[in-house]
Amino acid sequence: MKFGILVNEGPYQHQASDSAYQFTKAALEKGHEIYRVFFYHDGVNNASRLTVPPQDDRHIVNRWSELSKAHNLDLVVCIAAAQRRGMLDENEAKRQGKDSNNLAEGFRISGLGQLIEAGIQSERLIVFGD
Amino acid sequence: MLHTINKSPFEANSLETCLRFVRAGHSVLLFEDGIYGALKGTRFESLITNSLKSYKFYVLTPDIEARGMRTENVIDGIEPVDYAGFVDLAANNERVQAWL
Amino acid sequence: MDEQEVIKKFLYVNRKAPYGTIYALESLEVVLIGAAFDQDVSLAFIDDGVYQLKNNQQTSVTSGIGMKDFSKTYRALEDYDVEKLYVDKKSMEERGLTKDDLIVNVEILEDAQMAEMMEQQDVVLSF
Repeated sequence: MKFGILVNEGPYQHQASDSAYQFTKAALEKGHEIYRVFFYHDGVNNASRLTVPPQDDRHIVNRWSELSKAHNLDLVVCIAAAQRRGMLDENEAKRQGKDSNNLAEGFRISGLGQLIEAGIQSERLIVFGD
Repeated sequence: MLHTINKSPFEANSLETCLRFVRAGHSVLLFEDGIYGALKGTRFESLITNSLKSYKFYVLTPDIEARGMRTENVIDGIEPVDYAGFVDLAANNERVQAWL
Repeated sequence: MDEQEVIKKFLYVNRKAPYGTIYALESLEVVLIGAAFDQDVSLAFIDDGVYQLKNNQQTSVTSGIGMKDFSKTYRALEDYDVEKLYVDKKSMEERGLTKDDLIVNVEILEDAQMAEMMEQQDVVLSF
């Protein structure tokens, strides 16, 4: 089965990102394909390179980066939602004249069309939100 | 169709609204804070028990246990599943609708 | 030979009021961008989501909440070939709203009709 995943909430504030991660991991372990994980609304904050969560708890951002690396996942952060919330990759930062960028490894910024495409190309789209 | 509910029925009306649109052959998964709707002894128990006559209900065990409950606390007829079971439910139903 | 373009039925489910959270605005943005993909799009407004379509929204910067009023965008949806706007009857009645209170033409559906419409969809996006 080819799954598309939509994550609507940011790290820690809601369980959405955790649930999405556990689902994605379980799906991969079962041999399914994850077409794309799309981060929208505050979900874009799951891509922040600057999080420093307490050592004795899960590192949500790194966990996604590592899963992405291990399975060649396509983790996409919506550009419109990202711009609103100050989530920029190097290119975007330059384009917008900002003095810094903060996108973590394993994520890429792209348009909402990627979400629609995930809906079209996946066999199942699962939404995790509030 | 697989319906997913992640909010407590005491906090949001997601469970109640979802049940207005469930149809024969559909499944409902309670997870995250939605698991509180799966527990015995709440004012939602009869709503669920009634609905169980027509639809399949599932509850995510990790979310039950995280919140200090165990499967013994779950209404009879609701099937506990783990994340692998959640994946199976998503795969075996034609589409998934999240009631946030 | 041209690859057959896939057309899926997309349903956007809106259950939250506008302005208190961003879900109404950002879900509308998905609909607008999504329009370019020529899919078969429906919007459902249920529970507080019906308030998204309320007319007379005023969000003045000088004397109001100072947020962008995006309600007129619902009227522009038909320019994007997004014309299937379904509103839940019970949600309207519970809130004392009628069609006259809304900024755009909609089809009001009973439970069974809404469920039937949902059953037809391929992809359901909730916000």
